[in-house]
Amino acid sequence: MQTNFLRKIIFDEKSRSLLIQTLVIGLFALFIYLIAQQTAYNLEKRGISSGFDFLNLSAGYDISIRLIPFTSEDTHFRAYFVGLLNTLMIAVCGCFLATIIGFLVGVIRLSSNWLFRNIAYVYVEFTRNVPVLLQIILYYSILLHLPKIKQAIEIFDGFFLTNRGFFSPSPIFKEGFSLVLWSFLIAIIASILIKKILKKKQEQTGQQYPIFLINSALIIFTPILVYYIMGRPLEFDAPVLKGFNFKGGMVIRPEFLGMLFGLSIYTAAFISETVRSGIIAVSKGQREASQALGLKNNLVMRLIVIPQALRVIIPPLTSQYLNLTKNSSLGIAIGYADLVHGFGGISLNQTGRAIEIMLMVMLTYLTISLTISLFMNIYNKSVQFKGNA
Amino acid sequence: MTTFSNQSLMRNKYYNWIIKNLFSSWVNSLMTVVAIIFIYEVGTFFLNWAFFAADFRTNFQGELITDRSFCSKNIMPGEYGACWAIIYARWDQFMYGFYPIEEVWRVNFVYALLPLAIIGILFDKLPFRKYFIYFTFIYPFLAYFMLYGGPGLSVVGTNKWGGLLVTLFLGVTGIGLAFPLSIILALGRRSKMPIVKSLCVVFIEFIRGVPLITLLFTANVMLPLFLPDGVNPDNLLRALVAVTLFQSAYMAEAIRGGLQAIPRGQIEAAQSLGLNYWQTTRKIILPQALKIAIPPIVNTCIGLFKDTSLVLIIGLFDLLGIGRAALADMTWTKLYYEVYVFISLVFFIFCFGMSRYSLYLEKKLKTDNS
Amino acid sequence: MTKIKSLFISLLLTLGVSSAIAGSHGSTLDLVKERGKLMCGSNTGLAGFGAPNDAGVWEGIDVDVCRAVAAAVFGDASKVEYVPTTSKVRFTVLQSGEIDMLSRNTTWTLSRDVDLGLEFVGVNYYDGQGFMVPASLGVNSAMELDGASVCIQVGTTTEMNLADFFKANGMSYESVPVETNSEADAAYTAGRCDVYTTDASGLYASRAGYPDPSAHVVLPEIVSKEPLGPAVRHGDSEWADIVRWSLNAMIIGEELGITSGNVDEMMSSNNPEVLRLLGAEPGYGAMLGLSDDWAANILSQVGNYSESFEKHIGPNTPINIQRGLNALYKDGGILYAPPFR
Repeated sequence: MQTNFLRKIIFDEKSRSLLIQTLVIGLFALFIYLIAQQTAYNLEKRGISSGFDFLNLSAGYDISIRLIPFTSEDTHFRAYFVGLLNTLMIAVCGCFLATIIGFLVGVIRLSSNWLFRNIAYVYVEFTRNVPVLLQIILYYSILLHLPKIKQAIEIFDGFFLTNRGFFSPSPIFKEGFSLVLWSFLIAIIASILIKKILKKKQEQTGQQYPIFLINSALIIFTPILVYYIMGRPLEFDAPVLKGFNFKGGMVIRPEFLGMLFGLSIYTAAFISETVRSGIIAVSKGQREASQALGLKNNLVMRLIVIPQALRVIIPPLTSQYLNLTKNSSLGIAIGYADLVHGFGGISLNQTGRAIEIMLMVMLTYLTISLTISLFMNIYNKSVQFKGNA
Repeated sequence: MTTFSNQSLMRNKYYNWIIKNLFSSWVNSLMTVVAIIFIYEVGTFFLNWAFFAADFRTNFQGELITDRSFCSKNIMPGEYGACWAIIYARWDQFMYGFYPIEEVWRVNFVYALLPLAIIGILFDKLPFRKYFIYFTFIYPFLAYFMLYGGPGLSVVGTNKWGGLLVTLFLGVTGIGLAFPLSIILALGRRSKMPIVKSLCVVFIEFIRGVPLITLLFTANVMLPLFLPDGVNPDNLLRALVAVTLFQSAYMAEAIRGGLQAIPRGQIEAAQSLGLNYWQTTRKIILPQALKIAIPPIVNTCIGLFKDTSLVLIIGLFDLLGIGRAALADMTWTKLYYEVYVFISLVFFIFCFGMSRYSLYLEKKLKTDNS
Repeated sequence: MTKIKSLFISLLLTLGVSSAIAGSHGSTLDLVKERGKLMCGSNTGLAGFGAPNDAGVWEGIDVDVCRAVAAAVFGDASKVEYVPTTSKVRFTVLQSGEIDMLSRNTTWTLSRDVDLGLEFVGVNYYDGQGFMVPASLGVNSAMELDGASVCIQVGTTTEMNLADFFKANGMSYESVPVETNSEADAAYTAGRCDVYTTDASGLYASRAGYPDPSAHVVLPEIVSKEPLGPAVRHGDSEWADIVRWSLNAMIIGEELGITSGNVDEMMSSNNPEVLRLLGAEPGYGAMLGLSDDWAANILSQVGNYSESFEKHIGPNTPINIQRGLNALYKDGGILYAPPFR
């Protein structure tokens, strides 16, 4: 009886797998239990308080780079949101810039000009083989050596470049400006409709219409027209050097720019490689066939090559976006107040709640990462299945 | 007659190449001109700065440079380029950190043996490869003994390690320790057992979902809270734990890619021969899967090697950390570009080397398979 | 095969636990004695307070407290291993037991004393937060700083005081948060900010390192109380007593006129407090679990408070700080140690 039982465990696949799994989960639970117990014991013994009540205490420090108002009297919880928004801001701007540079460099890498090709190659090899942290620090040092505030360079009227950031006039919206925005929105909707109608016509008659031209004109000129009709309801507040700093206007801080340049120049090198291999992956036959149909070069690119290349490009592009978002946590090296530096650094130090704060920070990044992959997967599916034979 | 036509053919070949690649159309020609101007401007600027107008150990008056005020560019602003003296002055720190100077031979010894330890893994047609592989397995222990000390050697605490030593230690050891872990994770993720599988998936996706810096912080700040009183790994080992876990998740995904590429028939064939799961995995699946997975694995290694620079944020002095420390010293401050260019170059040499190797492997795999 | 395995495992263990502290549950004093050296958390480098000199030997008035404790415990002030800590990790390093004491310009506050599981044992430097600006700005008072960009080192009480000060005076500012003292120096000298704020002592120390110290002025306003002192883990009062009285011994030494030069002569003094301090009248060392000559060792090897101050940060050093608040209570300062009896 007993030998039978043993025999069953060893040789029967199902019961063996059950046994292994029970063992694994048991060990895992034990591991978690031991760590939790030890941690509780250590916290208790060392007299360290724990819990999330600190989130409602006032933070006591100021954050200069922020998207929502924040003063030292606001809570740590609000500091968390300031940091989160700063992280998202640098991630979105970084992905945007990196994509533009990456596509540009990727196309140049396939240029028919040998010199251009190789300049792009040198750029790619040098940026992707040097740590992104080093690049961020390097670009930030360069920005710190721009002229000091008193010797600010005026690029255009009201635009100043200094080592405290890039100052520009800020727009002041007066009454009636919302109409301009509405007209812009309406123009976009109209252009989509026009595109549909003309496409249908083209399918029926075969005649091609300059859809792009018509629509661009519509989208650009409608708001401008409304703007002048409303009596130009927009003014600019130019920055003026007063005392220590510029007053008025808008400013982009060197900490933000350092992060932006570092992240996007680094990531663009990887993106350019995926773009290049994506375009190469579209077979030559496809290109020749479409040329044989009499399509112009730019149409071949737009209608044949890019849609097919996108299928290959999107999965690795997603992981580059993810990497960029995660690398945006390096703001701490140059004082950019992102989630890790502001909330995960300053708040952690003032409250001493290391476990709680690191847990919140990690879960936040995890959520961002999973959300990006989710959306990219959905988009990916929509690209993959369209027109798939 | 024949020589003449050969020559003209040759000339034609170059001529055709130039026309095709540089002057095929007027747009192309314009691009060539722009590119030449760009290369000339950037090239001469950089060469002047880095070599022709630069100070190495002495300045333009022939004095030995002992602090930044001796740099030619600080004596005659605008006339001179880089001042590499800072690299000379801090060379030992860049290479060994604060390792005691009389014990530095031990680090050099470990550095010298590193190629011998790696070469066996890199090239599969090496003569006596078996012995090199044996050495690869002995090397980590030998290196650790040499660096840390023990019977016969004085102990040098890891808080004295720094510079390239820390960068290489974290990179090489992190990769070495992550490798077995990542195989287990990759096999676990493809396991038919739901609990094992989900545990592996959660671990891998969690690690890949958070930035390395948060893992380093956790290891640095929180590990001591998780462990009993007596167990207290030092800073470098804490960083190593974080780096290893991080690397294992990424490597596991690379290996999973290799596992997926093995046709199902292989497994069935092995099973029909009567091999059990472990035999099948060890003898049939893994050797093939790993071979396919090596290029992506090398790519994750490049990533990790660069990421070791993050440890400066938790207060370790890796190559970049030492560089920043040198810049913080008032005798050398403001020589940013010299320091950063030098460190970039070191990283570039290692990472570019690895990426070339991965390309070579990919090409070899393609020819092997076809 | 099993041999290789066990060898492998034991090597791994040595790798992982190489720096582990043996004998985990004893008192800190036993631990320190067993280890044969004191683990002391120091600054990563603040001239005059705690920084390695050219020969790599740690020096400064904070470092002298560590040396005093080592002298008291071992009779040898050099038996200290310094663990450089950033302001961010200093408390966790102490909590986790990696160091036995923290002596690193750390401000004693209620929440740190109570909430973080630390115990501050005294004050070795009365400091306050100040502001430094380039002399060329022509600023004479911190009240004129409205709209300025301010460099601050994060993870300190500094940023809170800064926020409070500007708010209380209805002024605005841009904060430029940086991680370490040297980064703050770099940002400040590059002109990224107009003002550098930290404890006045830190400002003096930084200024001493600038190529042209006279081009920078420290403004007269001191906006906070910053009593800096050594701290130990909560829960081991015996150890806290040893550190507390090692520091007090240095202060009392100055009060009684005992210097590193005259310890031997003072052994035959007529003053009973001198005799108690130097162990000529036995019994006081044993109360602390130390030998009777513990304080004599401190004073002969490290010196009294005044000697330490003058050697590292006094007017004859590049740092050039006056005694001010840090003079003895008899001399117009607030330095005051409880009686030795």
